[in-house]
Amino acid sequence: MGIKSEPVTINVGPQHPSTHGVFRMRVTFDGERVLDVEPVFGYLHRGTEKLAEERNYTQIVTLTDRLDYTAAMSNNLAYVRAVEQLAGIQVPERAMYLRVIAAELQRIASHLIFVGFFLQELGAFGTPLMYSFRERERILDLFEMMCGARITLSYMRPGGVFQDTPEDYWPALNTFLTEIPHYLDEYENLVLDNEILLARTKNIGVLSHEIAVNSSISGPILRASGVKWDLRKANPYEVYDRVKFDIPTGSIGDNYDRFVVRIMEMRESIKIIEQCVQQIEKGEVRSKVPLIIRAPIGDAYSRIEAPKGELGFYLVSDGSIAPYRCKIRSPSFINLTILHDILVGGNLADLIVSFGSIDVNMGEVDR
Amino acid sequence: MSIWGRLTDKMEANYFYQNLYSWFDGYLPESLDWLVYTLTAFVMVITVINTLVITVALYSWFERRILARFQVRIGPNRWGPFGLFQPIADLIKSLTKEDLLPVGSDKWVFRLAPVIMFVPVAMVLSVVPFGKNTFIADLNIGILFIIAVTSLNTIGIFMAGWASGNKYAMFGAMRGVAQLISYEVPMVLSIVGVILLVSSLSMVDIVNNQGIPFVLLQPLGAFVFLVAASAEMGRAPFDILEAESELVAGYQTEYSGLKYLLILQAEFSAPIVHSAVIATLFLQGWRGPILPSHLWFFLKTFLVVFLLLWVRATFPRLRVDQILGFAWKGLLPLAMINLFVIAIEVQIWPSPSTSQLWIMAGINWIVMIGSVVLISNILGQSKYKANSNVVNTELTVSVKEVE
Repeated sequence: MGIKSEPVTINVGPQHPSTHGVFRMRVTFDGERVLDVEPVFGYLHRGTEKLAEERNYTQIVTLTDRLDYTAAMSNNLAYVRAVEQLAGIQVPERAMYLRVIAAELQRIASHLIFVGFFLQELGAFGTPLMYSFRERERILDLFEMMCGARITLSYMRPGGVFQDTPEDYWPALNTFLTEIPHYLDEYENLVLDNEILLARTKNIGVLSHEIAVNSSISGPILRASGVKWDLRKANPYEVYDRVKFDIPTGSIGDNYDRFVVRIMEMRESIKIIEQCVQQIEKGEVRSKVPLIIRAPIGDAYSRIEAPKGELGFYLVSDGSIAPYRCKIRSPSFINLTILHDILVGGNLADLIVSFGSIDVNMGEVDR
Repeated sequence: MSIWGRLTDKMEANYFYQNLYSWFDGYLPESLDWLVYTLTAFVMVITVINTLVITVALYSWFERRILARFQVRIGPNRWGPFGLFQPIADLIKSLTKEDLLPVGSDKWVFRLAPVIMFVPVAMVLSVVPFGKNTFIADLNIGILFIIAVTSLNTIGIFMAGWASGNKYAMFGAMRGVAQLISYEVPMVLSIVGVILLVSSLSMVDIVNNQGIPFVLLQPLGAFVFLVAASAEMGRAPFDILEAESELVAGYQTEYSGLKYLLILQAEFSAPIVHSAVIATLFLQGWRGPILPSHLWFFLKTFLVVFLLLWVRATFPRLRVDQILGFAWKGLLPLAMINLFVIAIEVQIWPSPSTSQLWIMAGINWIVMIGSVVLISNILGQSKYKANSNVVNTELTVSVKEVE
């Protein structure tokens, strides 16, 4: 007589330490092996898209802060670009540079959060998280200088940015730029060759580039699978066509590649910011735009390379002061479609790590 | 000679016992010898258990402060000087929490589990010599006793996980049982090396016969024991049984209030007790020049505790299959190599002089480095090379701006 065993179904989340907020996975286990995963979300739904229909174009900027709250600058940028396209607003040169600097700082900050939480989920109790938050804190200080806020920034406006930078901002940014590579070196030395990290992440959660492209994955996950696709190169916006940088790619698309690609992207972001600091000139930071914008009838779609992937805003205008429809193409939400492909067949510990390697943000998934 | 007489003879050398015994003896008539003995034993046990409890409270403060330093934080510093009263605040908080009993739980097993987890840990201290002639009992099978009682811990964990009626707790318990049982094997085998050298199972004899610290004499055994012990107490990188990011809190998920406090007590005592055992087995116990023996013992225990804390603050966690693989494929061969080498050396030099001991130490260090390098090359991961065999699929997507 054999031992009778049956699969166990567990709800991982919504109250769980490592589901990045309130995500829920209904997972069927055979022992520790994952047989099936069913994502359940919507616990953080705030109706951002509907709320946008009730507000005028300038007010919506504050709503976008709350989408991916770890990357508010990128959300601002994607939105204001859509409005500018819709209403045909010109942006001054200096504002474009400031936007790129802000967006790249935000990318570093967002990736630092990823690095910290990824290692936390691997079981490195607290230490890497605290280290990466130490560096993120410096970026937040820079943001505070730029616009007075730290998390929900609302720095960008249709037609430019909120205000010019204060004088002590540039020395602070330069200090940051000279110091952050050392911190990144420190991470790489501590982490990349760590035996346990290699054992836990190599060849786990492999995502082939065929599946990645077919599921319209974007961002670091796509690049980790070996696809050299970055909107900053493929469809340059703002001043990305004037700076030189590489697109780091992984080889097989396992958790390790996804981790390394993000660390390498931080270095590329530093390169971009350095070039922007050299190229930026004095001038206006905001063109003359009325506070209440009346966009002509029509629609516009803008997309940028947010830290987590392709972030798009689709705005439809009926000629009034508020958009008729605002659709947000959030990278985290689309990236979740690979969940089944990378999780099934692994075990419980890999489930958490692979899910963490997608780097979703529930504010953006549920909107 | 009566049984009391024989027991008191056994305790002749124990100052702790002697002082207490003569103190009670002065107050009680000679006919009540058995009562004097019982009272002495009782007071000794109470003293040691309370010392353990207070040490654990202080240790929890120490761990939080040191861990905070590793993590560029400050740690608890509000309550008392340097936050030293933090354990008291934690205690009061835990006592005022509601003591929940889950509906699906096996009530009595659920209640008993914390006790079964704590008692074995405390029992280990009964055979550890804290200083010169200071111990509760000099069991002639001391180390065997330690192995036996620490393995009871497994039952406590499984009881807690099973009785909770929670799937996370069950996962934690099953992982815990697999891990604890696997790591007992290399742990015991690494102790055998020590026993061969001192030819005694008594903890007191092990310290007395330890001419040079065994960590120098048989580094491989010390290494295996340290790793296996940290797995035995379920601390990082072997903390899969309560893996916070995966299993919420593992087998302790459903516990609250006083029961949770007792589990925490067991969990925080484990590093102290195991460090005390490591200090006794491999660091010459209380022996040391100039300073009093109790202080030496404390310092050595503290050193091992700090080492374990350092490891905890540094490393990520392994997966359950990797942990079990490491026990059977990594530590077990290392422990066996250590045992063979020590056995051969003991055959060659049955009663070694100091110079012969140092020759043995030299051989053992070479064996250790060789075998560790060999095993880590077999089990290890290939190092990451930047952009090795990248298959870049350049996509040519024509981008059309949406007007």
